[in-house]
Amino acid sequence: MTTIEPTLSLNTHQAARPRGHAQFRRIVRRVQPGLLLSIAVIAIVVLWAIAPGVFATQNPVLGVPVDKLQPPSALHLLGTDALGRDLFARIVHGAVHSLTGAFVAVGVGLVVGTALGVIAGSSRGFVEAAIMRLADVLLSIPALLLMLSIIILLGFGTVNAAIAVGATSIASFARLARSEVVRVRRSDYVEAAFGSGGTFAGVLWRHVLPNSLTSVIAFAALQFGSAILAISTLGFLGYGAPPPTPEWGLLIAEGRNYISTAWWLTTAPGIVVVIVVLAANRISQGLGGHGR
Amino acid sequence: MNEPLHPQLLSIDRLAISYADGDERRRVVDEVSFDIASGEVVALVGESGSGKSTTAQAIIGLLPEGGRIDSGAIRLNGEAISHWSGKRLAALRGSVISLIPQDPGSSLNPVRTIGAQIGEIFRIHGERDRTAIAARTLDLLDRVGLSEPALRVRQYPHELSGGMKQRVLIAIAIALKPQLIIADEPTSALDVTVQRRVLDLIDEVRRDAGTALLLVTHDLGVAADRADRIVVLQGGRVQEVGVAAELLAHPRSAYARQLLADAPSLNARPTNRQPPVAGADSIVVAGLIQDFAVDRRTAIRAVDDISFTVRRGSTHALVGESGSGKTTTARSIVGFQRPTAGRILIEGTEISSLAGAALRQFRSRIQLVYQNPFSSLDPRQRVIDIVTEPLRNLSSLGPTERRAKAAALLERVGLPEALHMRRPRALSGGQRQRVAIARALVLDPEILVLDEAVSALDVTVQGHVLRLLDELQRERGLTYLFVSHDLAVVRQISDTVSVLQNGRVVESGTVADVFERPQSAYARQLIDAIPGRRSSAHVGQP
Repeated sequence: MTTIEPTLSLNTHQAARPRGHAQFRRIVRRVQPGLLLSIAVIAIVVLWAIAPGVFATQNPVLGVPVDKLQPPSALHLLGTDALGRDLFARIVHGAVHSLTGAFVAVGVGLVVGTALGVIAGSSRGFVEAAIMRLADVLLSIPALLLMLSIIILLGFGTVNAAIAVGATSIASFARLARSEVVRVRRSDYVEAAFGSGGTFAGVLWRHVLPNSLTSVIAFAALQFGSAILAISTLGFLGYGAPPPTPEWGLLIAEGRNYISTAWWLTTAPGIVVVIVVLAANRISQGLGGHGR
Repeated sequence: MNEPLHPQLLSIDRLAISYADGDERRRVVDEVSFDIASGEVVALVGESGSGKSTTAQAIIGLLPEGGRIDSGAIRLNGEAISHWSGKRLAALRGSVISLIPQDPGSSLNPVRTIGAQIGEIFRIHGERDRTAIAARTLDLLDRVGLSEPALRVRQYPHELSGGMKQRVLIAIAIALKPQLIIADEPTSALDVTVQRRVLDLIDEVRRDAGTALLLVTHDLGVAADRADRIVVLQGGRVQEVGVAAELLAHPRSAYARQLLADAPSLNARPTNRQPPVAGADSIVVAGLIQDFAVDRRTAIRAVDDISFTVRRGSTHALVGESGSGKTTTARSIVGFQRPTAGRILIEGTEISSLAGAALRQFRSRIQLVYQNPFSSLDPRQRVIDIVTEPLRNLSSLGPTERRAKAAALLERVGLPEALHMRRPRALSGGQRQRVAIARALVLDPEILVLDEAVSALDVTVQGHVLRLLDELQRERGLTYLFVSHDLAVVRQISDTVSVLQNGRVVESGTVADVFERPQSAYARQLIDAIPGRRSSAHVGQP
């Protein structure tokens, strides 16, 4: 009762303030600099993945052994590793591996998870119970253990690692999609669509899916960040792409051996991963806020 | 009934309020002036968007975020309070001016007991003695007519009904014997009979203490019953101010005249309805029973042996309070659920015998219009798509013919072509309900089931939609089943009526019979609860 701020006293203040200042603040609030920055970060990383040669001219795989373990300098922006390879070039060329991995992982989770969730939400009884208990089982297994088991089953490699990462998010996608579908299904307009002669599949496609997907899409963007992190983790543990692939997790793992003498080998790729994950999370937040 | 008027308690002088709307400020209250003398009841009447709630909120300095007073003054006992700080106003709130909020369901804190919430007002205003607070709380609950006050203080809001919660809020409002109570649509979320009891209670506690009341309402009938003076607002401007009886008898402004004409509760006579010539039976419900399983063993009987018949081309009303089984009956008739027992014949076809494709085809003959036009339209579809969808499902027309038919029907229900490509969000409540009616009619059904179809609309919009429904019925020979808790509306548009209570029909017959010679006590109680009865005499004899 007492926490509501009365707005009465504000009017004299606001009128006195210069108009230009208020306008500037309003524009800044609408544009959201944090979101813009995040979009820029992701755009640059995507460009790295598409055309790495434009950003880094040095060879990421073949090094110059003489220049090994050099600290950051004008020639080697982020220094060189034990084989004399330019670290910046390796990070730029590694973007494609981390990004495709994350896309595949999110794709697997999104498609399989949403499909299962929609089926569970729109059917009742045994099917729903079976799918959702399966999701509970998936959620109860530690994610890392599940990923490693799947990789051992499928074999090593970037794509298999991505599939493993995707598999761990299937359960979360399924639960979210199901709850959204159940919410939408109870609404009057879905009943009205059935009442005007809609078939089950028709109503599902035209009304239930479009109205339940907003938060699923926002969740997918959030998953994109954690997928990059998970793929880097697998790379770090040696379950991802084999050397000499410049995958980000692998870069951190290789740099680990020189951490006392060449700190930049672990720090630089680590910071890149952190920045990309933060940017992805910020964008997902923007998407979620927009949908609501 | 007025005491000699004391100097003005509250005086509002050329008040202007605007809200931030993107970069601009939208003026919602413009040059509004009126006074309230102590002990006087003033009703602030208008449709939604007229600025009535904003005016009330401004008086106690509780404008929502983005709202501010642009100019004008609010004077309490001669002192201007509109520029007071939050702290100074907080000392006034509850002790000098108090508020009875609109929705009792969301106005109480769900995790604190009733006693704690009433006690809070005493604590805020300086009472520290726990036993004194407890005693005064019990006293108050007794005062507002809650049974077993000692039990209530330990209960939580979810354990009370809507009417009881509103009584608790009234108790909080009168706790410190304020000079002015602001009641913002205090009963619009309540059932008819409860509504009347709550209004009676407010009247009674107010008269005892000589408190002034500012009653914010959209219902001219309520205002007519309770107020000494009425302020009619439209679009943020005062259209008319006057003594209640005088204003009702001789409204000067066009808008007040229109409000008066649209208020169903103030028009005792049905609008020249011609009873349809004896036609065949369109809907026959016989011995309908509807159970809902709570768990494996127990079930709730929502509808208990209901029977009625509706003739083709006529309007039958199902009336009752919430929980009386009227909506359940309507949903069974449309075929959304299977009856537990009993028969439903729609144009001679037993609807419970249909399933699958046959039921789908049958849906083109009977259509439902929902209560809430905000939830019954898919927010992602455009108006034209919403109306063409039933045709896509059940007709053999091609895409261009479907669009043409839908567009023609939308024009017919009063939606110009400019609106056809909009989404529901960009439409007003009345426009949305027109879309919903068009969707229901596009398949040329014989029967329309209207489930509280006008209850969510403002009086004026309600009047328009009811007239539209009446015209459509005559044009197309439609049969209406009209489900409503609003007896005033039912009297206006129905031919026959069934009064439901606890899943049973307690009375049925023609509207004239039931309204003029109610046989059952319950029907009489419902009819007495229609607001505007006390002053209908004024309206009848100008």
